[in-house]
Amino acid sequence: MTELTKLKIAEARDALRKGDVTSAELTEACLTAIEGAGALNAFVHKTPEIAREQAAAADARIKAGEAPALCGIPLGIKDLFCTKGVASQAASNILGGFKPEYESTVTSQLFDAGAVMLGKLNMDEFAMGSSNETSCYGNAVNPWRRGNDDAQLTPGGSSGGSASAVAADLCLGATGTDTGGSIRQPAAFTGITGIKPTYGRCSRWGIVAFASSLDQAGPMAKDVRDCAIMLQAMCGHDPKDSTSADLAVPDFESLLTGDIKGKTIGIPREYRMDGMPEEIDALWAEGRKMLEDAGAKIVDISLPHTKYALPAYYVIAPAEASSNLARYDGVRYGHRAKLSQGDGIVEMYEKTRAEGFGDEVKRRVMVGTYVLSAGFYDAYYNRARKVRTLIKKDFEDVFAQGVDAILTPATPSAAFGLGEMTEADPVAMYLNDVFTVTVNLAGLPGIAVPAGLSKQGLPLGLQLIGRPWEEGDLLNTAYALEQAAGFVAKPSKWW
Amino acid sequence: MSIDIETAARVAHLARIKVEEDELPALANAFNDILGFIEQLNEVDVEGVEPMVSVTPMRLKRRKDGVTDGGMADKVLSNAPDAREGFFAVPKVVE
Repeated sequence: MTELTKLKIAEARDALRKGDVTSAELTEACLTAIEGAGALNAFVHKTPEIAREQAAAADARIKAGEAPALCGIPLGIKDLFCTKGVASQAASNILGGFKPEYESTVTSQLFDAGAVMLGKLNMDEFAMGSSNETSCYGNAVNPWRRGNDDAQLTPGGSSGGSASAVAADLCLGATGTDTGGSIRQPAAFTGITGIKPTYGRCSRWGIVAFASSLDQAGPMAKDVRDCAIMLQAMCGHDPKDSTSADLAVPDFESLLTGDIKGKTIGIPREYRMDGMPEEIDALWAEGRKMLEDAGAKIVDISLPHTKYALPAYYVIAPAEASSNLARYDGVRYGHRAKLSQGDGIVEMYEKTRAEGFGDEVKRRVMVGTYVLSAGFYDAYYNRARKVRTLIKKDFEDVFAQGVDAILTPATPSAAFGLGEMTEADPVAMYLNDVFTVTVNLAGLPGIAVPAGLSKQGLPLGLQLIGRPWEEGDLLNTAYALEQAAGFVAKPSKWW
Repeated sequence: MSIDIETAARVAHLARIKVEEDELPALANAFNDILGFIEQLNEVDVEGVEPMVSVTPMRLKRRKDGVTDGGMADKVLSNAPDAREGFFAVPKVVE
């Protein structure tokens, strides 16, 4: 029975359609796996009743024929997505007790397609973090370990619960969101695949906002095909999000031919960082060779402003966060501090926010407040937005030279130990996003594909960056890379 | 540009986050680490560069200015820490 949870979405879909398995059976297998995986702390709000109801409905729909690909597929949903009547806290105490009266566009599209929700997944508080250590639920844990060393490792962040759950076969796929690398870094740390689509592909409506000009939802799944299937259901125009693109969504899965002959792949020289571990560099070189062997033309390219992406991000993202998170004031939803005699409304705001937000969120909200404050707005915020223009132009220039996709490492290291970065200053943690953050600033699609193991036996990922709106082509290049890399390793079960 | 304790306190108040006096030095240090990192942006020549407004070049959609929903005060209030008689309740704002 538990073997059912190891199925990929495409395999499960085919088995469901053939009548070899029911969604009820798949769902029960996942619920059992989740019950046995408390040590991973991936699922933080379980919804077995909803799952069983949705599975029964999906089975009826499959029986009737013509069910969409995701019909009956059990998924995990990141806690950042508002789900009607189900706790949606963005892993923050300030949203303690919040149960939305509405459903996010992405989850409602998934449910319309027949997907089954197993529960809500752990993450960094308000998606601010790269290790899932800022969560109000405690750390999510990576199912992978360094050989026989039982030290607990981070699944990455912010979508750490999603990554852990998919890698440990607790669900067939999960939703993630990515503001600076929050889908791709955890995917790489756990040996799974995750794509952040072009900004505007997925509606942001009903997803708790962090930095609105950077946030995008995307799928995290066991392979490229599963990502294609999930992405198909997640994206599309939504009038409720003014930045949602009114563009046709191609049939992503049908574009997976694995044929990349004649494609041009760029290798950006600025991504070769000082002090980059040798195994990351070696993996990148192997990826280059794999794509070349598959018939792609490899060219060295330059993205000259790469170095400034992280500093620009750490102005823009906190600035937008300080504005977005102003809504948590203890008035309309979530936590309100107990007030003392004589406390007025300002004390209510200040105490509520001090109690409700964790340290990293407070830090970013205050940095954002500072860079937007009178006298500093031009020096910091406007300068960062100008640098962002230059970063985007770097990509436009190489695409104009005929580059179809760009190959980079996904992360500067394999998964690190939980607690290992506690003593470091905040900036050391920010460096995790050094290869991914440029993609958010430029609004491009990016995908992380597992491509090898570190010396310590941990998964390592490569990133492919595509042209805007060309997720289909990007997924196909990723598919070719996946086939060449042949990554099949799984964590051995200890939980 | 170095952030002193006084500036840290001012920013905390602007952000409406209560920070205890004894936590201010650590906060000021964290700000300085982050702002030190951000200072790199000063190396970039941004002369004549437009600040980015929208990452995807698209015209914002327009719709008819009309009522599209409403009449759900109970739902709007359902998550409020303190709601009374169809309103959000807060401490006294005006003396």
